[in-house]
Amino acid sequence: MSETTIHEKLKAEVKDLNFHYGNVHALKNINLPVAEKKITALIGPSGCGKTTLLRCFNRMHDLYPHNRYEGEVILNPENINITGKDIDPIEVRMRISMVFQKPNPFPKSIYENVAYGLRVRGVNKKSMLDEKVEASLRGAALWNEAKDRLYNSAFDLSGGQQQRLCIARALATDPEILLFDEPTSALDPISTAKIEELMLSLKKQITILIVTHNMQQAARISDYTGFMMLGELIEFDKTDKIFTAPSEKLTEDYITGRFG
Amino acid sequence: MKQKTSKKIKEFLIETVLFLSALSSVLITAGIVIILSYESFGFFKEVPIKEFLTGTQWTPLFAEPKFGILPLVTGTLLTTFIALLVSLPLGLIAAIYLSEYAPHRFREIVKPVLELLAAVPTVVYGYFALLFLTPILQKFLPDLSGFNALAPGIIMGIMIIPYVSSVSEDAMKAVPMHIREGSYAMGATKLQTAIKVLIPAAFSGIAAAFIMGISRAVGETMVVAIAAGMMPNFTANPMEPVQTLTSYIVQVSLGDVPHGTIEYKTIFAAGVVLFLMTLFFNIIGFWFRKKIREAY
Repeated sequence: MSETTIHEKLKAEVKDLNFHYGNVHALKNINLPVAEKKITALIGPSGCGKTTLLRCFNRMHDLYPHNRYEGEVILNPENINITGKDIDPIEVRMRISMVFQKPNPFPKSIYENVAYGLRVRGVNKKSMLDEKVEASLRGAALWNEAKDRLYNSAFDLSGGQQQRLCIARALATDPEILLFDEPTSALDPISTAKIEELMLSLKKQITILIVTHNMQQAARISDYTGFMMLGELIEFDKTDKIFTAPSEKLTEDYITGRFG
Repeated sequence: MKQKTSKKIKEFLIETVLFLSALSSVLITAGIVIILSYESFGFFKEVPIKEFLTGTQWTPLFAEPKFGILPLVTGTLLTTFIALLVSLPLGLIAAIYLSEYAPHRFREIVKPVLELLAAVPTVVYGYFALLFLTPILQKFLPDLSGFNALAPGIIMGIMIIPYVSSVSEDAMKAVPMHIREGSYAMGATKLQTAIKVLIPAAFSGIAAAFIMGISRAVGETMVVAIAAGMMPNFTANPMEPVQTLTSYIVQVSLGDVPHGTIEYKTIFAAGVVLFLMTLFFNIIGFWFRKKIREAY
């Protein structure tokens, strides 16, 4: 892939990253800039490594044995390599939140789900929690639906509402980057539209990195898009450029539906 | 054609054998219930139920017998309670460790070893409580009598740990990985994830494990028969000797009580109470286990 430089302030930057699951070389020499307060989308066929790459950003791979990072994921402004062995994964996860493919609320009340991240950070002051829970639920466009049943179980919510609850949960700790791993693949079109709208409003304050299977979704919401295949980043560019005039043949074949 | 008929006969025979095996356990349970009710019916013809349930003295073998079941019930509850104080926290901690912390290979070794605790004959535990633990406890608690509720209670608790930890661990392991990941992604530590997310998520399974432990402690016989002292004391003091429902039954059935007498029938009256207690806990446990399957 030709080196693409973008003229943006970078929140993060992947540099020559290789990732191994045991003997499987899952990511090969990835270089990816992540622009601040923009949406960067990763697309590609199943098994291309896009989720693996996303999960490097919050060190999710550290939960399982025999995983190995080589290279760097730089987080700005400090210019630190968050995959470095000297960096505590918990410190990374405190700054970079994640929303998963399947809504995964905890078996707790709506309120406690949103307050969870603050509680694990030792915040227990009621007034502080109340304020943050409300702000986060508003931020995730769930406040109006949830305000009268904050103390009900999170499982009482519909799938789309649960996913917005997970977004609220991720927002409550004021993360610098929000990672989305195919956040709408389990949702109906109306819930999907709501979440896309939400991401567009969130990017005013927050850097977003999203993995999606849905090319239209990437085209609709993202500013930059990376196309991945077989563990490599084939092409990275402005989203308009990727979807209208890709420079790589593979990208063109994929976005025109010739495979995938 | 001939082959087909012989196959049919074979199928029929297999089915019948399987059915009879299944039936036998049902029949045995039914038989136990019938005999228990029949014999205790005879008992309650001679002793009013009110006296039985509210009396605080249990002296059926004395010249002037008293038939108040309460001392045996409190003895049972006291030793059970002590056992739970030991087994619930330790069992739960062991389950958290095995499910979340222990490396896979270590877990594969430790789990069967822990389950061996349940395979030690209870008579061994009984003498362990009487001859090993009680003397040690007496060094710290000089008032502790040689027979007491405390030592057998603690030993029963240790005996029950594998029941509690094994089922609790299964329940925690059954919590889907994406729930754990959700917690870790919020910056939680392992311990925070275990306490704040996994225990609530596995709650019904853990509760079922606890209740299984309670039933086990209520029904335990040998440990309390050996180390608790066979004294039907109406007390909540763990330092004193007590008698449980089970150890009373052992005491009477070992002695030379003539068949058909009121003393003989007390066994069945105590048996009914024991049966109802364990049934009650098993039903609650069953209900919790059913709930766990609905959770995810």
